[in-house]
Amino acid sequence: MRRVSRASPASTDNVKSGEKMIKFENVSMTYSKNGLPALSEVSFEIADGEFVFLVGQSGAGKSSVLRLLIREEKSLTGSVMIDDVDLGQLKEKDIPQLRRNIGMVFQDFRLLPDKTISENVAFALQVLNKTKAEINQTVPAVLDLVGLLDKANRRPEQLSGGEQQRVAIARALVNRPAILMADEPTGNLDPDTTVEIMRLLDQINKAGTTVIMATHDAGIVDQMRKRVIEITGGQIVRDQARGVYGYS
Amino acid sequence: MSSLTNRTKFVFGEVWQGISRSITLTIALIATFAISLSLLGVSLLVGSQVSEMKDYWFDKVEVSIFLCTSGSDTPSCVGGPATPEQKTAIRNDLEAMQPLVAEIFFESQQDAYDRFIERFKASPISANVTPDQLPESFRIKLSNPEEFTAVVNKFLSRPGIEAVRDQRATLSKLFSVLNGLRALAFGFALAMLVVTALLVGNTIRVTAFARRREIGIMRLVGASKMALRMPFLLEAIFGAFIGGIFATGVLSLIKGYLIDQIIANSFSFTSFFGWQAVVTASLICLVSGTVLALVTAWFGIAKHLKI
Ligand SMILES: Nc1ncnc2c1ncn2[C@@H]1O[C@H](COP(=O)(O)OP(=O)(O)OP(=O)(O)O)[C@@H](O)[C@H]1O
Ligand SMILES: [Mg+2]
Repeated sequence: MRRVSRASPASTDNVKSGEKMIKFENVSMTYSKNGLPALSEVSFEIADGEFVFLVGQSGAGKSSVLRLLIREEKSLTGSVMIDDVDLGQLKEKDIPQLRRNIGMVFQDFRLLPDKTISENVAFALQVLNKTKAEINQTVPAVLDLVGLLDKANRRPEQLSGGEQQRVAIARALVNRPAILMADEPTGNLDPDTTVEIMRLLDQINKAGTTVIMATHDAGIVDQMRKRVIEITGGQIVRDQARGVYGYS
Repeated sequence: MSSLTNRTKFVFGEVWQGISRSITLTIALIATFAISLSLLGVSLLVGSQVSEMKDYWFDKVEVSIFLCTSGSDTPSCVGGPATPEQKTAIRNDLEAMQPLVAEIFFESQQDAYDRFIERFKASPISANVTPDQLPESFRIKLSNPEEFTAVVNKFLSRPGIEAVRDQRATLSKLFSVLNGLRALAFGFALAMLVVTALLVGNTIRVTAFARRREIGIMRLVGASKMALRMPFLLEAIFGAFIGGIFATGVLSLIKGYLIDQIIANSFSFTSFFGWQAVVTASLICLVSGTVLALVTAWFGIAKHLKI
C-alpha cells in the first residue's frame, strides 16, 4: 500500500495514475491570530505521480503549503485533502500514519551528526519499530539508489553537502512514501551538485513517487520544464504545466 | 523475539544517550528521588514501629484498682482501709465483666512491697518503706485495652477504692510523640516528592531540548506518539528506580544497623519492627516512585512535545 488513505480503504486500490491525489480548496491559514494570512484562498490539485515546483519570493508561503500537507499546521478555512482524507479532520493519533506516507527533505539536511549514514537512514525505520531483517534489507537498497552505498559507514560531517542531501533523500524514501516533498533542497548546494540532486529527484519521480519541491532556483525550474505553481503573498498567481521560473 | 530485543536495544540506546548527555541533571533526578523516597520509607517505618509498640505494650498493659490504706485521704477512703466485704464485691463485679476482663490478679500489701523493693533496691527510699504504706490492688488485663474506660467508670469513686489507673494513659503520650514524628517525616516526604515532580518536569524540558533533532526527525517520519514519549518515560522511570533502590538501601541500613545493632541493645522495653516492614516499605517506595515518574513525565511531555 503506497497511498496515504488508510482511513478510507475504498479509495486505496485501483487508483489510476493521473487521478487527483492532493487537493487544496480555498485554503487560508495564518500563524498568529490577528496576523496577516500566510496563505489566502489557495486552490490547486496535484495528481498521483506528478512533479511540481512551488516557486515564489521569500515569505510567499511555499513552506506553509508543505507544512499543511504534513499537518504541521492546520488551515484556517478551506480544506486540504490527500486521497480523499481531509487533513483538517484528521485525529491526532492518525497524523503519524499520514507522515509515514510523505517523505520530507530540507535545505539543512537535518541529519543526526552522531550516527553514520546507514544509521541515519535506519533511524527512520527503527522509530517505526521495523524488524532488523527489514532494516538490513531496505537501508542498503535505498543507499544504493542514491549512490552512497560505499559511504554507508561515514558520518555526515565526512560528506559533501550534496552527499548529505542524498542521505536525507534516502531517509525520506526508506519508508516508500507516495509523496516526496522537498523544501529548498538545493539551497545550500553549488550548481553542479544541484543538477545531481535534481537528476535524483527526477529519477525518483519517474519511479512513481509524487514530488513537490519548493525552490528559489530559477535556473533549475527553467531547465526541468515541469509544472510550476507560483505563489505571491500567500496567493497563487500562476499554475502552469511545463513552466519556467518567471515571465520576466 | 530477536526483533523485539533489537527494538529494546535501540530504545535503551536512545535513552542512554539522553542520560549521558545531561549527566548532572540525571544525577540530580536520581538524588531527589533517593531522598524523597527514603523519607517516605522512613515515615512508613516509624508507622510500623508505632503499631509494633502498641501490640507489644497493649499486651502487657493492665488496669490497676488501688484500694484504700490507712494513709489514704481521698473522699472515697473516709471509711478507712478497704474491708473484706468491699474486696469481695469488687472481685465479684470484675468477674461479672468477663470477657472484657480477661485476667484478675490480686496484689497484697506484701506483694506490693516485694515488687517495690525489687524495683528500687539501689535507691535509699526503699529503706523507709513498710508494707502497710503500700496499697493493695486488683491488677486486671483487658481483652480489648481500648475499652478501659468501662472499667474506670464502674469503679471510680467507689468506697474502699482510692484510684483506678490505666497504664495506657502514660503510653499514649509516647505514642503521640511517635505519631508526630511519623507525620513530620511524611510531611517532608510529600514536600520532597513535589520537588521531585518539578525536577522530573524540568528534566524532560532539558531532554526535549537536547533531543530536538531526533524528535524533529521522528515526528517527520511518522513515529507514533508512544515512540516519541517512550525515551522520556524511560528516563524518568530510570531515575525513580535507582532512587528507589537507594531508598531500599537506606531502610535496610536503618533496620540492620541502627535498630538491630545499636538501638535494640539499649532499649529493651519494646520490640522493633521486623524485616517484613522494611520489605513492604521498600516496595511502596519503588512503586510510588515509579508511578510519580510516569504521571509527571506523561504530563510534562504533553507540555513540551507536540505530535
Ligand atoms: N512559525 C511562524 N510564525 C509566524 N509567522 C510565520 C511562521 N512561519 C512563517 N511565517 C510567515 O508566513 C508567511 C509565509 O511563510 P513561508 O515560510 O511559507 O514562506 P516561504 O515561501 O517558504 O519563504 P522562504 O522562501 O523564505 O522559505 C511569511 O510571511 C512568514 O513570515
Ligand atoms: Mg520556506
